[in-house]
Amino acid sequence: MGEPVIPAAPGPRATPAVEAAGIHKRFGSTRALRGVDLSLLPGRCLGLVGRNGAGKSTLVSILSGIYPPDAGEVRLDGQPAPSLGDATAWRGRIATVFQHSMVVPGLSVAENIFLGRQPQRRGVFWAGLVDWGRMRQQARKVMTDWGFDVNADTACGNLTVEQRQVVEITRALAAGTRCLLLDEPTAALERGAAERLFERIRQLQAQGVAILYISHHLEEVFEICTDVAVLRDGEMVLTAPLSQVTKDDLVTAMVGQKNLSTERSMASASSSRESAGAAATARPDLVIEGVTFASPGVFLGNVSLTVRGGERVGVTGLRGSGATTLARIVAGAEAPDAGQVRFGDHVLRPGDRAWALRAGIGYIPEDRQADGFVPLLGAAENISMTITDRIARGGFVGPRRREALAAPLARRLSLVSAGLGQPVRELSGGNQQKVTVARALASDPALIVAIAPTRGVDVASKELLLSELDRITAETGASLLLASDELDDLVICDRVVVLVRGEIFTEFTEPPFDREALIAATEGLGAR
Amino acid sequence: MSDTKNNLAALAADVESALERRRSRSAAAISWIREAALLPVLAVVLVVGAILNSHFLTVSNMTGIGQQVSALGVVVVGESLILLIGGMDLSLESTFGLAPMLAAWLIVPAAAFGNGMMLNPYLGIGILLAVGATVGLANGLLIVKGRLNGFIVTLGMTILLAGIQDGIVKGQAPFNLPTAFGYLGAANIGAIPVSLIVAAVIFILTGLFLRYHRLGRAIYAVGGNREAARAAGIKVDKIRMGVYVAGGVLAAIGGLMEAGRVSSVAPTQGYGEGIIFSVFAAAVIGGVSLQGGRGNMVGAASGVILLGLVQNILDLENAPNYWIDAIDGGVILFALILARVIGGEASAE
Repeated sequence: MGEPVIPAAPGPRATPAVEAAGIHKRFGSTRALRGVDLSLLPGRCLGLVGRNGAGKSTLVSILSGIYPPDAGEVRLDGQPAPSLGDATAWRGRIATVFQHSMVVPGLSVAENIFLGRQPQRRGVFWAGLVDWGRMRQQARKVMTDWGFDVNADTACGNLTVEQRQVVEITRALAAGTRCLLLDEPTAALERGAAERLFERIRQLQAQGVAILYISHHLEEVFEICTDVAVLRDGEMVLTAPLSQVTKDDLVTAMVGQKNLSTERSMASASSSRESAGAAATARPDLVIEGVTFASPGVFLGNVSLTVRGGERVGVTGLRGSGATTLARIVAGAEAPDAGQVRFGDHVLRPGDRAWALRAGIGYIPEDRQADGFVPLLGAAENISMTITDRIARGGFVGPRRREALAAPLARRLSLVSAGLGQPVRELSGGNQQKVTVARALASDPALIVAIAPTRGVDVASKELLLSELDRITAETGASLLLASDELDDLVICDRVVVLVRGEIFTEFTEPPFDREALIAATEGLGAR
Repeated sequence: MSDTKNNLAALAADVESALERRRSRSAAAISWIREAALLPVLAVVLVVGAILNSHFLTVSNMTGIGQQVSALGVVVVGESLILLIGGMDLSLESTFGLAPMLAAWLIVPAAAFGNGMMLNPYLGIGILLAVGATVGLANGLLIVKGRLNGFIVTLGMTILLAGIQDGIVKGQAPFNLPTAFGYLGAANIGAIPVSLIVAAVIFILTGLFLRYHRLGRAIYAVGGNREAARAAGIKVDKIRMGVYVAGGVLAAIGGLMEAGRVSSVAPTQGYGEGIIFSVFAAAVIGGVSLQGGRGNMVGAASGVILLGLVQNILDLENAPNYWIDAIDGGVILFALILARVIGGEASAE
């Protein structure tokens, strides 16, 4: 490794709240974690950072007792971790606040805090009965003790995301847990709520609670953590007290060496660029004007952007930056609160995907399992799904006609299947994504909106998908709006727009793009 | 630039908190209204009934309604528990028929279509309860341990049980039930039917159990967020199994009441009458969510009472026999829409 590896500062005779040594975890052929060590002392806040796929979630799951490591040992409070099935024991040592809410919406705050261990009445006759008075009182006491202020009698279904988090944290503290694992806690919080969360974290830390803070945002780590650990490709490449590292160190550690595949596709991208001008027929411009959108977790503020006919524009940013949402709005999969999207002479009907398809906008959705294909139907049927109106005769579509249409696309994308009638469910992840891409291309779109088109796809398929997207847009002159946080995807773009917290932060207009500059920009760093 | 950014962030925060205020205010209002949603409707129905027929508001008519709906009510308690954990059980209607049928068949003499064993009626009641528990246990094992779909498991169970109910008596209806066996459904204490008292006690005890017992609270947790319940150390599978068993036992008790009330067990009791529709309707009209985790016994009881009152008014008004099913269906749909309108988004799901 070229990075500085600084050992974590030894605490004053304290037993680490969490100690992981030599953790290995493998999923099929993917080695998610390769010998990870981690140590967290009481009263410290350790920031765990790393890019998507670095192994953060796997480590979180292992530390939370969701699945066991293949090799290595986890010690909590100096003792070996409890067995996996023993939820209560795990929870007593380390409590994870997951991104998905673990409160029961119909129950009150007090009940959620004491879920499964409510104070009970004494005496034989009353055995098993919940002592509501004592439970409320204790809930209020825990809240005040830690300086929180959520009404103990409210139903949790009526709480904000922020308040639910407070409830989950209080639940852990009330059970005596003094080690918290926060998994991207600010992902669904607006700025003010995030500030208040930081205040709470500082306060917990001051009272000796150990906190493992997982985040995408380096600025947050610098704001509240005392130590930082960087995961890259399943290895812990940097562990240090925060005072000893700079943001640049972290960015370097997260990115690592440029890999060769990037250089290669970079070259192919620039070469195909030459031929693009020749084949391009006039394609309409996409004009995004003042698009505003607010929902818990995502915010877009007055974003304007133009994609000229035939241009290929990448949009990137951290989770919650709004890059994905912007693409969804253009594809008609989401309706903006305000603002307008024009494609050529048409004004897009907000949130009307079918209309956008007719207007010539092809769409490769982010979550292919949910939106990309129908798992039980065959590849050909999935691919031709966007154009049944074109290929149907009197409303009927025969399998032969479908396959005739799907075959060229399948060949082009090197789709590997046992015939085009094979249910897509049975295909590999890479081939499933090819079906999703083929479905978008089948309608011969004038604009392709793609969201993270290579996520969760093997390396070979990834290269192929990118080069085919590159070639097809060049040949047909179609425009491309590509939203992705995967830097490798962006090499096929002519221009990359970086969003930070729902606003255009900066723009890179000259490929090849500098990886470090891009990453720094997504963190909101660097010159504008 | 940074000013604009701050302004936008402030704007976002404002929008968020405004939305939040509106949501929590309307949520508070909704939860209050939902608890009381059916009270105004019940009042209206009472007034309408009184205007239509002078006999409607008399003590004897009211206790009559009470006796009629108490059997249904006890089954509704069972179904509500199962709905609360996020399950469903169609087979309660067959348990409602089979449990008393099997007991009666073993009790009454061959001349009254028994099998001639002429068991002690108290033993018969024990058998009745055991049948309910066994069916519930079988459902629970298949659904919870076997991870089969609850709808299809209990649908199959419904038809199987109804077939056994018909088969053991070859389509006959055992009659001449011993007093002890019929007591629950037929006897009165003063002017008040025993079945009404027992049903009311079951509603109240279940309501208190759900509200105050840790297992009752666990039922809400399991139905509201199963993953969170499991992480909190709640024995999710045991709770679910237990609730299916309780549902079966309650359905059997309901069946015993019905048998006592009509002093025989018809081969059509339960499945043949299609009572499961009324059971679901009463629960859902009463605000018990089909998604699980939401509902209470006050609501479920109001649902049962509403259905009983409407049925009684139709009877008193001599609604044409051939149309009674159509009117019933219409009333159920109307009550559902009403519950949705009054209770808002979350109710009547």
